[in-house]
Amino acid sequence: MKEVFILKHITTINKANLKASALKGGCGKCQSSCQSACKTSCTVANQKCESVK
Amino acid sequence: MIHKFKQLGYNIVLDVNSGAVHLPDDCAYDMLDFLDAPMTEEMPADLPGKLPGYSESEVRESYAELYQLYKDGALFAEDDYEKYSNTMVKSPVKSMCLNVAHDCNLRCEYCFAQTGDFGGERCIMTPETGKKAIDFLIERSGNREQLELDFFGGEPLMAWDTVVQTVEYARSIEKQHGKHFRFTITTNGLLLDDEKIDYINREMSNCVLSLDGRREVTDRIRRTLNGKSCFDVIVPKFQKLVQNRGDKDYYVRATFTRYNLDFTDDILAMRDMGFVQLSAEPVVTDPGEPYSIRQEDLPRVFSEYDRLCEVMANRTEDKFNFFHFMVDLNAGPCAIKRLRGCGCGNDYVAVEPHGDIYPCHQFVGIEQWKMGNLYDGTFNDDIKTYFSKVHVYSKEGCRNCWAKFFCSGGCNANSFLYEGDVKKPYKLACEMQKKRLECAIALAADRAVKGQETPVFTEAPASMG
Repeated sequence: MKEVFILKHITTINKANLKASALKGGCGKCQSSCQSACKTSCTVANQKCESVK
Repeated sequence: MIHKFKQLGYNIVLDVNSGAVHLPDDCAYDMLDFLDAPMTEEMPADLPGKLPGYSESEVRESYAELYQLYKDGALFAEDDYEKYSNTMVKSPVKSMCLNVAHDCNLRCEYCFAQTGDFGGERCIMTPETGKKAIDFLIERSGNREQLELDFFGGEPLMAWDTVVQTVEYARSIEKQHGKHFRFTITTNGLLLDDEKIDYINREMSNCVLSLDGRREVTDRIRRTLNGKSCFDVIVPKFQKLVQNRGDKDYYVRATFTRYNLDFTDDILAMRDMGFVQLSAEPVVTDPGEPYSIRQEDLPRVFSEYDRLCEVMANRTEDKFNFFHFMVDLNAGPCAIKRLRGCGCGNDYVAVEPHGDIYPCHQFVGIEQWKMGNLYDGTFNDDIKTYFSKVHVYSKEGCRNCWAKFFCSGGCNANSFLYEGDVKKPYKLACEMQKKRLECAIALAADRAVKGQETPVFTEAPASMG
């Protein structure tokens, strides 16, 4: 984890980048989630973005 | 929309629409019960009275910090993703589950493929059909360069000749078509030998190795054709494969059932065998089956996920990854990917041994969802269009669910099989998914606070072999 932002009462552990990802997203390079390990469930957020190097 | 919860001793707040994760102190955490968008720079006058356990200065400071996050778009961010879902169109087909064997050499009690035959005749795919599947994928993949094909079954090692011929064919033509195939295989390991291990480790970018953890758990439900144990045959083969695999991906994947709701012990048993990339999926089956996980089991399942989460956070040696607790909060999939999820029936299809095409491996054998056939060239565009528009804004209940950008509405096949509608998420699975996600986010938070990176394993651990 690279980004941690610390205030007095609140620590934020990541960038709020979901909206930005929508603007540049949808390239379709990433793996289909069922090709990894699940086959009976669906967890998409543990897949890697393959456009980010 | 926010989701607040406590895990691993942290107060955790997920801002659903920005993806930000915050760890507020008690005052800020409790204050969020009384706040929503739009926030004003000036603190509401009645707020200190609602938080009698905190000093006015604490309340003022906390409010100011929360307001700053709100202004920065990291708290109560607006849900403006529906505009993207409204423009969803069909995608090129880039991923395929190739059911090379509708037969199996195990008789696992819980098998969703009905011990390998998917409710039909036991059969093996010919190499010719495998090659036609490659041609189909290339033809239908448009401008996608990276193509994925998972050898599945049944037990795919029973169709080894087809596996090899299909891989060799794909490799022989991928460059001329500007494509690259990424192969994976899901196996029970019984037929593994040195030659197959070498081939899999060379050609398959990922392999999923099925094992249910402890010997007694595995033996109870994963039996050979004559009812015997497979444990001693399989484990050394998996160890050899993993030891020789280098830094390529693999998962040793368990299914847990009502028989082993203490599945953390199975995860730890597999770690003790030397495996570090681990998965355990809850069984998905008819609620009438004795091993099924039912609504009344959920408190026990949740407490077990808590236990596993604690174990992983506190472990300083012999670490491991758990598939369902992995989440990258900075560089995960884009929001567009998260709207639609697995791609079933749209960019992902399954092909069975006769060349029939289905939206995914779990739809195989259900006639109403048959999309076409490799031999007669049919491919039902209506079904593809339907799935292209299955997303978190068209599924019942997902729009207002905090987990929607992590699970993307869940497994479409489970929704159809257990709720009767692809667009009606399977509630039991949703509940477990949400619990797993809380654990995953908490572990990511714990690593961030401690300044740790996500464990990366580039070679087999020393404890193996």
